Amino acid sequence: MPIDMELEQVLRPHQYEMKPYPPKVITLANGKKMVVRQAVREDVPEILKSVHPCLFIDRDYYDIVSARLYGELLAWYRYRVKSEYCLMGQVDGYLVGVVNGRMETDQVGMSYHTLAIDRGLRIGSHLFAAKMEYHLEYLNQEEVLIVAESPIGFRRWMIEYPLEPTTIPHELGGGDSWRLTRQIYFAAKPRLVVGERPVPQELLDEAEADIKFADEDTIRERIAGLKGR
Amino acid sequence: MRDVAIIGVGMIQFGRRDEDSLMDMLANASLKALDDAGLGDKSVDAVVVGNMGSGIIQHQTAVASSLVDRLSLLPAAAETVENGPASGGSAVKNGLLAVASGYYDTVLVVGGEKMREVTGWRATDFVATMTHPLAEYIYGVTLPGMAGMFARLYMEKYGITREMLVAVAIKNQEMGGHNPFAHVEMAITKEGIYDDPASIVNNPVVADPLHLYDACPVSDGAAALILCPLEKIKNPTKPPVVIAGFGQATDTQTLQEREDPTDLKAVTLAAQKAFEMAKLKPSDIHVAELHDAFTILEIAESEHVGFFKKGEGGKAALAGKTKLGGQIPINVSGGLKARGHPVGATGVAQVVDIVYQLRHELSKDRQVKNAQNGLTVNFGGFGNNVLAFVLRRV
Repeated sequence: MPIDMELEQVLRPHQYEMKPYPPKVITLANGKKMVVRQAVREDVPEILKSVHPCLFIDRDYYDIVSARLYGELLAWYRYRVKSEYCLMGQVDGYLVGVVNGRMETDQVGMSYHTLAIDRGLRIGSHLFAAKMEYHLEYLNQEEVLIVAESPIGFRRWMIEYPLEPTTIPHELGGGDSWRLTRQIYFAAKPRLVVGERPVPQELLDEAEADIKFADEDTIRERIAGLKGR
Repeated sequence: MRDVAIIGVGMIQFGRRDEDSLMDMLANASLKALDDAGLGDKSVDAVVVGNMGSGIIQHQTAVASSLVDRLSLLPAAAETVENGPASGGSAVKNGLLAVASGYYDTVLVVGGEKMREVTGWRATDFVATMTHPLAEYIYGVTLPGMAGMFARLYMEKYGITREMLVAVAIKNQEMGGHNPFAHVEMAITKEGIYDDPASIVNNPVVADPLHLYDACPVSDGAAALILCPLEKIKNPTKPPVVIAGFGQATDTQTLQEREDPTDLKAVTLAAQKAFEMAKLKPSDIHVAELHDAFTILEIAESEHVGFFKKGEGGKAALAGKTKLGGQIPINVSGGLKARGHPVGATGVAQVVDIVYQLRHELSKDRQVKNAQNGLTVNFGGFGNNVLAFVLRRV
């Protein structure tokens, strides 16, 4: 689309400097290795191909989570959101999950969404943990503000960490934020944050070579099939 | 008492069936069993439904009355049997006695449960309603909690290790991957759920010492079978399978009242009665479906029914003796662990799975070669109401 460069300077938000997230590898319950690494802006159009089929799955609030994630990633791609990042999980090169968030200030992180494209392997838990790891250990923030849009998310984040309730509004406009402080994070880290670094070169090469995507039917079956994983 | 045969079986895929009502599932499983029996236009004399929780979860009671009408089987007799997670087994028993007594000739037995329309918390609470209201439930006891306490005692007394529990979980999930009716299709590895540091997240503690993969999933599903007197079967198109023996026994409602909480007396007694009636021994059994709501229960039950001595069941599991091709294949359907555990359906599904085995109808990756005799154990409460069936290919 045509871009007015003069106006674009006004529309584009200021970006905080963000340290990169170093990739890690996690062994899943089925023995497969999931590489978790940071997406770059140019990856967005490809990632959206896997998010799109989820827009039409109403099970477990996949539709709303996917729709919002789609918009957030597009906003990042088109420079309409401040200091956003996206982490991906890949197994055998295939995209199996996406998480995103942004720096609200240099001290406060704003968690956006967690989308597991394959289920039953705690991919969402692993990727959410990676997101919190990024905010607190690499961006060195003091706290992250979080909301859940599904009961599963509530159980995984609010209960399992456990997060601290606040009356601070969250950017997503839903319920009040829950807060992950450094103290809560480092107390929870031994039981919730895993992964090994460095990632073996062949795994990293495979992940970086090409982001592979399951077809739409496979994605729908994995998320909303009878197996109900 | 007449010999009673199973002339038709049917099952729908267990899992999360958002689109189906409980009645849809019961009806579909029933229709499959009626088709399998080749009854044609003939009706059945009675319908027995095993269901534990429709009154709580669906706010619907008297499901047998609804089902018999839905299936156009009027004016057949119909009743619902509720006996906790042994509701399915009790439904089979009631159908069996009705035919054996000579009162009815053709009985449809169906078990079903729809549990996934509530959250996991609500489902866990619903199942916990079977515990003693004042001695257990009021203190927040759940079935995973009970199983955890039982597992801790059993491990300490008999030297069961986590590796043994893990071996059961891996075996049953692998078999679930071969079973088209199973809820859980995903194979798991020892590395992923036990050895690797990530296993702390992949396989978290649910009720110490039990972890996520030690527990069965919460499932929707239904299974059905048709019973008739063996003497009335003429020119069968499929090998008839008879219920050669059954036994039922009860124990104290609360675990704490038992002299030895690791002793599952009702399992032992129910199995003994079933073997005695069938005039068979544990060593005559070629395939078994045990009630592995938790991995520890498969090990404990394999000892209590007499397949292994006390303390040997875990070692046997670890050594692969309970795998397909092993000394006594247990839960080659995937068991509750992988086929799933829609509580009212389970006791019926176990019998249906054994019928498939004894008719030699399964794919190579699930069929026990030349199986002639099978055993099921349906475990109600925490072992306070147990049913066992011995099935024999005629």
